[in-house]
Amino acid sequence: MIIANQHIETMTVNPVRGTDRISTLKKVEYNNTIRVENLDVFIEDQQILKDINLSIPEKSITCIIGPSGCGKTTFLKTLNRMHDETPEVKIKGKVYVDDLNIYDKNVNVIDTRKKMGLLAQRPCPLPMSIFDNVAYGPRIHGIKKRKAINQTVIQYLQYVGLWDEVRGRVRSSASRLSIGQQQRLCLARGLAIEPEYILGDEATSALDPLSTKKIEELFIKLKEKYTIILVTHTLRQARRIADYIVFMYLGKIIESGPTEEFFNSPKKQLTREYLSGSFS
Amino acid sequence: MKFLEEKIFKMVMIGAAVIIMGVLIYILGTIFYKGLPSLTWEMISRIPGGGFYLGKEGGVLNAITGSVFIITGALIFSLLISVPLVMYINFYLPPKSILSGIIRFSLDILFGVPSIVYGAFGFALMVFIGIRASLLGGIITVAMLIMPIMMRSLDEIARLLPRDLPDALLSLGSTKYEMTKVLLRQLMPGLMTAILLAIGRGIGDAATVLFTAGYTDNIPTSLNQPAATLPLSIFFQLGSPVEEVQNRAYASAIILTVIILILSFSARYFSSKFLKNKS
Repeated sequence: MIIANQHIETMTVNPVRGTDRISTLKKVEYNNTIRVENLDVFIEDQQILKDINLSIPEKSITCIIGPSGCGKTTFLKTLNRMHDETPEVKIKGKVYVDDLNIYDKNVNVIDTRKKMGLLAQRPCPLPMSIFDNVAYGPRIHGIKKRKAINQTVIQYLQYVGLWDEVRGRVRSSASRLSIGQQQRLCLARGLAIEPEYILGDEATSALDPLSTKKIEELFIKLKEKYTIILVTHTLRQARRIADYIVFMYLGKIIESGPTEEFFNSPKKQLTREYLSGSFS
Repeated sequence: MKFLEEKIFKMVMIGAAVIIMGVLIYILGTIFYKGLPSLTWEMISRIPGGGFYLGKEGGVLNAITGSVFIITGALIFSLLISVPLVMYINFYLPPKSILSGIIRFSLDILFGVPSIVYGAFGFALMVFIGIRASLLGGIITVAMLIMPIMMRSLDEIARLLPRDLPDALLSLGSTKYEMTKVLLRQLMPGLMTAILLAIGRGIGDAATVLFTAGYTDNIPTSLNQPAATLPLSIFFQLGSPVEEVQNRAYASAIILTVIILILSFSARYFSSKFLKNKS
């Protein structure tokens, strides 16, 4: 336990919750945010995440960085309970979303996932038309009226800048779009379920530089309304768009803090080594 | 030396292709050569008249309708069981579950069971529940025969689905049922292939219907009436000492082949039409 505590960065102590082990990125109001307490994740007998304590500030971009296999994606998946689908994964600890522990027995997994828009590494359009891809979420969540759905679809396609590109062919198959367009479509599809949070799992790693730029610009636009958590392994991207950085290594949070501070004056030796490219 | 190896292997491959093509051409050639002269409109449009098997007039409409009824019923029946089962072992059970392993193993065994065994089992089952040789009995037995074929081929394709798609659907907040509905769309071409294989196997099988569907010269009008089938009709006509009737057997074989071809092409047509909006 003592060893586990050593690396935890306590930037703001949270007196309300009575624990001083939460690494809080900034002073946050505890109503509209994600807070992780003592999170351990095991896959079979292997411990993937070790004692994660973290608060994520709302309406900002938090980038999780770290070398491959450090548990970034596993962490992201704990936030929308995607581990539910794999019984080998055991989760201990608490994840508060909007002050509700999503691993409580009486929390509905659908409600939790509805709050999180996930953008995967590779875009995965549903086997249907462009229109139906965006309309899918609203439809399964109970919107029946044609007019309302049309409006939603157009609104989010416009939001991600895809509307002008696909205007005449929204009824054609989504898999005909370029991969960059597909990723923006997936973002629109995620936004259409009206989430509060956006999770990105290396969302630009399969894209060309121009598409990457478009997605990054969208993230910056989106943070006015949403809390965004991105996993990335490109440091430059994190530096470009993140407000806060969380650095993970071998399943632990090594250091976290505002972007400028993190890159300009890292506190831990391991962070300095990672930033200088000694390991990746 | 290497050159020689290459050459020999190439010869072996070409030889295999030629043999397969040759067999097909020989079979089709035989049935068309012997059957085509006897293939009249009367063969298709009429049921056997008195003394049909001794060379008198009539046709095999009884067997055509019987076969089509049985395969249609069996398809519906086995789809209703295969699709939920494949969805369950692929999308509801966790990937490495023991139960799905057991189910797949059972399917492998059922897949290898000879059709005469299904026929005998179907017959025993019918005796047990108290129905006689009938359309219903034939449907149940043929369904048992084609179910493992359908499940296996559908399962093969379901297993190949990339994990991304279920994950994308679940992360949008779909329930498992909503997810399965979309995945089923993705599996549609696979389902079509499964149906085609099942039709091909089911409609031409004689052993399953031998005891269970019975045989009649009339068109069945209800589920508990006996039904004739094309394979059995061919068998009875071939068994006739009259040469003309034997030739009619080949004509019936042409009818059976054409039915299978029509079903195949139409299934492909509908699946490609369906897929237009997909890829």
